[in-house]
Amino acid sequence: MSATTTTAPAKPRSLNIGRLLLEGRAFFALIAIIAVFSVLSPNYFTVGNLLIMSSQVAIYGILSVGMLLVILNGGIDLSVGSILALSGVVAGALMQGVEIDALGVILYPPVWAVVVLTLCVGAAVGAVNGVLVAIFKVPPFVATLGVMYVARGVALLMTNGLTYNNLRGSEALGNTGFNWLGFYRIGGVPISVIVLAVVALAAGLMLARSAFGRWLYASGGNERAAELSGVPVRRVKITVYAVSGALAAVAGLVLASQLTSAGPTAGTTYELTAIAAVVIGGAALTGGRGNVRGTMLGAFVIGFLSAGLVIIGISSYWQTVFTGAVIVLAVLMNSLQYGGGPRKG
Amino acid sequence: MTAPRKTAPEAVLAARNVAKSYGQVHALKGVNFDIHRGHVTTLFGENGAGKSTLMKILSGVIQPTSGEIVLDGQPVSFANANEARDRGISIIHQELSLAPNLSVRDNIFMGREITGPTGVDFAEEERQVRALLTELEEDIHPLTPVENLRLGQQQIVEIARALSVDSRILIMDEPTSALSASEVEVLFKVIRDLTARGVSIVYISHHLEEALTITDHAVVLRDGVMTAYAPRAEIDLEWIVRNMVGENYDLGSPPVTERGQVALSIRGLSVPDATGQDLVRGLDLDVRAGEIVCIYGLMGAGRTEVLETVAGRLRATAGQVVLDGHEISHLSIAGRIARGLALVPEDRQRDGLVQTMSVGQNLSLASIGRFTRGLFTSRRDERALVDDSIRQVTVKTSGGHAAIGSLSGGNQQKVVIGKMLATQPRVILLDEPSRGIDIGAKAEVFRLLATGAKSGLAVVYSTSEVSECLSIAHRIIVMHKGRISAEFDSSVSKEQIMAASGESVAA
Repeated sequence: MSATTTTAPAKPRSLNIGRLLLEGRAFFALIAIIAVFSVLSPNYFTVGNLLIMSSQVAIYGILSVGMLLVILNGGIDLSVGSILALSGVVAGALMQGVEIDALGVILYPPVWAVVVLTLCVGAAVGAVNGVLVAIFKVPPFVATLGVMYVARGVALLMTNGLTYNNLRGSEALGNTGFNWLGFYRIGGVPISVIVLAVVALAAGLMLARSAFGRWLYASGGNERAAELSGVPVRRVKITVYAVSGALAAVAGLVLASQLTSAGPTAGTTYELTAIAAVVIGGAALTGGRGNVRGTMLGAFVIGFLSAGLVIIGISSYWQTVFTGAVIVLAVLMNSLQYGGGPRKG
Repeated sequence: MTAPRKTAPEAVLAARNVAKSYGQVHALKGVNFDIHRGHVTTLFGENGAGKSTLMKILSGVIQPTSGEIVLDGQPVSFANANEARDRGISIIHQELSLAPNLSVRDNIFMGREITGPTGVDFAEEERQVRALLTELEEDIHPLTPVENLRLGQQQIVEIARALSVDSRILIMDEPTSALSASEVEVLFKVIRDLTARGVSIVYISHHLEEALTITDHAVVLRDGVMTAYAPRAEIDLEWIVRNMVGENYDLGSPPVTERGQVALSIRGLSVPDATGQDLVRGLDLDVRAGEIVCIYGLMGAGRTEVLETVAGRLRATAGQVVLDGHEISHLSIAGRIARGLALVPEDRQRDGLVQTMSVGQNLSLASIGRFTRGLFTSRRDERALVDDSIRQVTVKTSGGHAAIGSLSGGNQQKVVIGKMLATQPRVILLDEPSRGIDIGAKAEVFRLLATGAKSGLAVVYSTSEVSECLSIAHRIIVMHKGRISAEFDSSVSKEQIMAASGESVAA
């Protein structure tokens, strides 16, 4: 007894500062990145540049919110990059008009209908992931890897490998406004950033305050215990994959709108960036731990770091190296934070 | 506490004031005992008494928090199991530690393969394995994958592996739990051969009678403390039980309650095991409101399967579960909880608690609906519910925000019970609610159940300790091989219960 109590009081003070740095690591990393690049380049810390960088972060940010939900559930979603491309292509095809042979007419759905249909496609593909994982017990890595290939393949088939270029629509057909998502600003803030903020806020509220959020944390932390406590673990699982798919579709729409074109190869490897953002944000890949605030910080760390490297003129190859190093560092710190406690069993 | 006697041969291995704590949980509180050369020393104690912890410390698997291990009169400390093995101490674990995909030969030599100039000398390994298996009178081909063996045969392989190291001290943690009677005979013959050669054996078993036939010394542990130590000649079954459970072992008596209508009715319930064969066949049971029913049975009797099927975790092949006159067999777990049926599972780490969540979040997990207002949860209502639960089940914690890992085993168990009581059930099922918690916490858990029954709750709990049947239960159901083999009221004797469960207590 005495041996255990004497060692304890010596350390806490220094530990607390370490603890603070450890828990706020993504925040401090972001501050450090902004500070360093502001010193290195006068163009970095300007309102204009910050907004441009943020609108680039928006794509990854939206994807990583979906990824966070899946990772909290103890899974992984490798298909989001492909769903992003597929959604863009679906939106592009709808904008080009849907030809109905039997009636001999070409239907040009209005932009709102295009958006809704595209979101449904994303959610449906995500739900396929969810059903494979929850009902057929396919490991999430394998299920979403398969869907990643299939979705990408379908996108390529739909376009024959080509890109839909003119997505502006036309006044005469009544389907203008697709570029609104990517180009317009409200009070100087790009729509894409506003979309990200809304998605992040909604997800944050859902996780912190709704019954579903509690179910998600519980089933990610211990699925058996959650199930025996009456949590509908399968429904939770299918829902998070469907939401992840729908959010990938949102990101696909934003990207297609920013580029006013939709290609089947868009979003390749974006799933990895989204995973990186979630991990840098302190979420545990084993599930049950993590939050939206951390994930957002993670997405901004990655986005602001690579944009900063571009601005000060460092080779894009180095960007890849830096990003990789940041990810490994983040995972190291995660294991420091969560690995400290006594292991049971 | 009796002082170690010096009549036996010199001690080869000794524990000196060994203690082990996991956070708030004190698994061992200063234990002393000797292992004598060429003798069998048996450790007796209930679940959670600290037997396995002590064995893991002696074999270097874990390190003690304080105290020392003395080997041949010299204090030693083992960093890991390999160091202990190099000094001649090996252990046969309670849970099998074999690689199922590898052959018997590869498992026995795992980590210490016999190597020659051309790599592993498989022929020599095979020869040695054959010799070992012949000694154990087990006809297994050395190249059979372990996964193709019966559980009992796997245990033999585990024993063969420990024998292959030429240990001076061999620790056996429940080596016979999956063995047939004839296999136990062979094992005991091997143990006698080993002790004749000067090997010291430490033996743990829940089969008290069986252990008495082989042991030379008995050590009894209770709640992490050694309560008795004596040579075989001075002890009998009654002595062991008395020291295991304590002189003033009181878990309460059946409370006076008002019996209401039949709350839970199980009719013709059959449950399959993993291979699809019926483990439980045609089970009938009625429980009234305000009644406490205890289900007693040995491991594998089907207690857990019955409770999990009633709760909706497992699917029945036949039969009905009726709650308050409504058939609920088709409902999900969540649906049954909503109707007022709650299960406290056997393994609280695996099935009861979410380690990543706080004490409060665990307590409120099964009744989120009670504090959800519209889309969102109400923090104030949740805190009220959590504070109520903490008070009701008397969890010793700094508050709802505390980490679940900071609680002792008994308090963790109370959190799991509190979580299910918060759903305001009419019937509560508890699968071994006293497993791995100390005597004080056990008494509190039973007091809690008695209080619940007084307010009309129907309580069903299972246990593998006879003394716990004879506490608060109004009725005792004994299960044996998937059937109810006997039903008693609270005036039954321990011997009657054990006889009905298939335990041979002929003494």
